[in-house]
Amino acid sequence: MRLQVASRLAIFALIELARDPEQKLSVGEIGDKFGVSSHHLAKVMHALGRAGLVRSVRGVGGGYRFAGNVRRVTLLDVVNLFEDISAVEGERSGTAEATDAGQALGVVLDEIDDIARATLGSITIATMLKLMDRQKSGGTKS
Amino acid sequence: MTPSQHSDTTPDGDWFTIRQVTHADLPDVVNLDARVTGMQKQDYWDDIYVRFVERGNDKRFFLVAQANDAADNPALLGFVVGEVRAWEFGSAPCGWITGISVDPDSRLHAVGECLFRSISEKFEAIGITTMRTMVGRSNHLLMAFFRSEGMMAGPYLQLEKELG
Repeated sequence: MRLQVASRLAIFALIELARDPEQKLSVGEIGDKFGVSSHHLAKVMHALGRAGLVRSVRGVGGGYRFAGNVRRVTLLDVVNLFEDISAVEGERSGTAEATDAGQALGVVLDEIDDIARATLGSITIATMLKLMDRQKSGGTKS
Repeated sequence: MTPSQHSDTTPDGDWFTIRQVTHADLPDVVNLDARVTGMQKQDYWDDIYVRFVERGNDKRFFLVAQANDAADNPALLGFVVGEVRAWEFGSAPCGWITGISVDPDSRLHAVGECLFRSISEKFEAIGITTMRTMVGRSNHLLMAFFRSEGMMAGPYLQLEKELG
């Protein structure tokens, strides 16, 4: 499946900040790491701030700090701030979708959506950090 | 020491002990399961106890987490059940976690993590290299727990059909 750029940036930024909840990083520093423009990232960080997942630190050396619970915030929580990963409104309500073939296809696509939601909804930021550690050490064991 | 006095970030098992279940634990197991699932299943747990403990089988494990301090309430903090299954669905022998539960008031204090690791060690000790479980798709909390312990989607998909 594909996530929108804003969702991906938000996940990357949160992981970067959650590595050390005490550190603060500017939009520029995060943007440099992931090769994205500060302009685009600033909008994403603003949305994360409104959701209470990051806290902005003002003044010289200001930036953002992680403000969520790494063991409770899931990827789905983040993605839901930027997009609905289920079918786009109207996408499954046309003439073709009303046919028996369209309805059967809808059942299959709903199954895929359910699995995607379950996967994203069960992976926390803490789990992502652990996954990164395991990848770094070259293993898959917990 | 009560669960609320423990850090929710430090895996610390020194206030409870993981051990094999005894018959005296069964009422607490049944009650905890009923509290979490909303269903009382006395016969099921009696049968599990007979098959996993009384008959003796070095490939079946039924462990409980018990608070070390008798003043702690509840004394039974959680349990895990698992066994080695071989060649079902064409799968080589692997360890299955068929049940795990932690008292809701004792969660976020590493009880589940210690139960998970204890049964992992039991499986590893008898040469098992893969551990598997099944989780309701809508049970994000339990799925998140297993994922936090390193479990990922495996090579099998569970399929089912409504009959009748």
